[in-house]
Amino acid sequence: MSKARLANIDVERLRTHHLLMHRIRALEEVALGALADKQVLGAIHPSIGQEAVAAGVIAHLTKRDLLLSTHRGHGHTLAKGASSTAMFRELLGKVGGTCGGKGGSMHIADFSVGMLGANGVVAANIVIAAGAAHAVKLKREDRIVICFFGDGAANRGPFLEGLNWAAVFKLPVLFVCEDNGYAATTKTRGMTAGPGVSDRARALGVPATEVHGNDVMAVDQAVADLVRAVRAGEGPRFLHAETYRITGHTGADPATYRPKGEVEAQKANDPILRARELLMASGVHAVALDADKQAALAEMEAAYASARGAPFPPAEAAFADVQDFGSPLVEPF
Amino acid sequence: MRMSYLDAGRLALEEEMRRDQTVWAVGEDLGRGGVFGQYRGLAEIFGSERISDAPISEAAILGACVGAAMMGTRPVVEMRFSDFALCAMDELVNQAAKARFMFGGQARVPLVVREPIGMWRSSAAQHSQSLEAWYAHVPGLVVVCPATPADNKGLLKFAIRCDDPVVYMEHKNLWGLEDEVPEDPDFTVPFGQARMVRKGRDLTIVSWSSQVHVAARAAEALAKDGIEIELIDLRTIWPWDKRRVLRSVSKTKRLLVVHEAVSVGGFGAEIVATVAEKLDGSAAVRRLGAPRVPIGYAPSLEDAARVSEAAIVAAAREMALDERRKGARP
Repeated sequence: MSKARLANIDVERLRTHHLLMHRIRALEEVALGALADKQVLGAIHPSIGQEAVAAGVIAHLTKRDLLLSTHRGHGHTLAKGASSTAMFRELLGKVGGTCGGKGGSMHIADFSVGMLGANGVVAANIVIAAGAAHAVKLKREDRIVICFFGDGAANRGPFLEGLNWAAVFKLPVLFVCEDNGYAATTKTRGMTAGPGVSDRARALGVPATEVHGNDVMAVDQAVADLVRAVRAGEGPRFLHAETYRITGHTGADPATYRPKGEVEAQKANDPILRARELLMASGVHAVALDADKQAALAEMEAAYASARGAPFPPAEAAFADVQDFGSPLVEPF
Repeated sequence: MRMSYLDAGRLALEEEMRRDQTVWAVGEDLGRGGVFGQYRGLAEIFGSERISDAPISEAAILGACVGAAMMGTRPVVEMRFSDFALCAMDELVNQAAKARFMFGGQARVPLVVREPIGMWRSSAAQHSQSLEAWYAHVPGLVVVCPATPADNKGLLKFAIRCDDPVVYMEHKNLWGLEDEVPEDPDFTVPFGQARMVRKGRDLTIVSWSSQVHVAARAAEALAKDGIEIELIDLRTIWPWDKRRVLRSVSKTKRLLVVHEAVSVGGFGAEIVATVAEKLDGSAAVRRLGAPRVPIGYAPSLEDAARVSEAAIVAAAREMALDERRKGARP
């Protein structure tokens, strides 16, 4: 590690990222345990290995800023400020979940912290994010929108339509492509023509930046410039963060389609490990860093325990919040 | 005031945009008045931000309006032809219709999707469909099919004020239809209340959109033969005015549902099934819709997919003259 790099590190900020990344990691590891316990009943899509993108990007947002995420959205949601207890209750489909047990992992949302929802359909959130930014602009509000999606999303129509829309209307939105190399269980590169996702953004007039997505401070610094431009009303920006998904596509996917040794090699590149090494080189004691990990784990275990103890929503809740007119509460069919 | 169906819709939007600053409209060619002129003059009044042009990007138009609706505006989304809205089905069915429920009530999506439907002349298979039954099948959506100028004003205003996502289906063949329209800017037509077009004791015809007018002509013809039709214009497909339909059929003991859409899986099937269940089979039921064929370009092919006045007269006469129904009169 170069001395220059070390001298430029904001140790306190990196420490904050370190703790948040541990919280995200712990949330998903405990959630995978809950899946094995048959407490999480539906699919979960872990972002283990990708935590630096969530941490580095969302550090630049205020509570008023808006965030849209994907099916792999636990990290983004936690980073935006959602309560881990409410998240666990949602993963287990329980009362007190962020969505009252109606959404589960793939539709986790907490509007009170500006988290406008994970989405079960790849790329669907891109046009919705553009629209949220459109409303922000129409209402002359002082906030921005961040939209996360994976590398697979770049092959869907809403990627083109949403980026074009944001550029045409010069909307305050930052698009973040969290590129973990796999579209579900298929290597994205083999299914994607052309020079890559950033060039697609540039072709639509959206300035794009590439960053190593496992280096949290690099993400943090890149996003600082992008967010400044977006807040200044310069229109949309695009970040391409290359990272790696240590786990399978879902919690139930053993990911045997990956070449031997690929995961092991990537583990050396773990974003939490990298942050830890940098912090230790900056003089932070290992004991303190271990304490971050322990605190994160304790938080998530407590959240899981709370969720286990909570009841499922009553069946009547299935009829609520469908619609005002022609509501099934008035006349169920 | 006498005005066309098209102008009534235009006036409804103008009034609602004056009333509520969060109402805006977006779609292809809106700045130039829209493909049928439904937005004529509005960009001059409200500016290009609130009457906004859009790229030919149905998924973005509808998807962006989902986001903009969730964030406290009331978008009126113009899809140009209901056939084109099919390019935005994820945005409408998976996103707009589900957001409120799947986020546990945190979101509302108060948007109106205008999707002009129906056959006029020689627009062929991709510019002529009536797919209202699809949307009625999707929990979360309201489905509106106005048949008259007054209703196009009152229902559009009600749709804009409502917090549910509304699929608003104007019929392209009705744009020029003129009739009296209330001038009162507070005039609205609530959802789920059918309109009694004419009263009669022999047979209930339930219809909506353009077919209401065809059925009305058929009822005139039948009246000359002494067959009295009770014609109900449903106005909204979801919610639909079940009470009014059941009350009418309890009296006439005969129900004929007439719609322009394909008969198979059409909304007529839902109405007929409901009446059969609720009235315990005491009423004769029948539906008239299009055959299950794509709509052809040549007039002869197009007319083969149309429910004609003659077809309605024939079906109604056959049902009315069936004396097996107790209490019914030939």
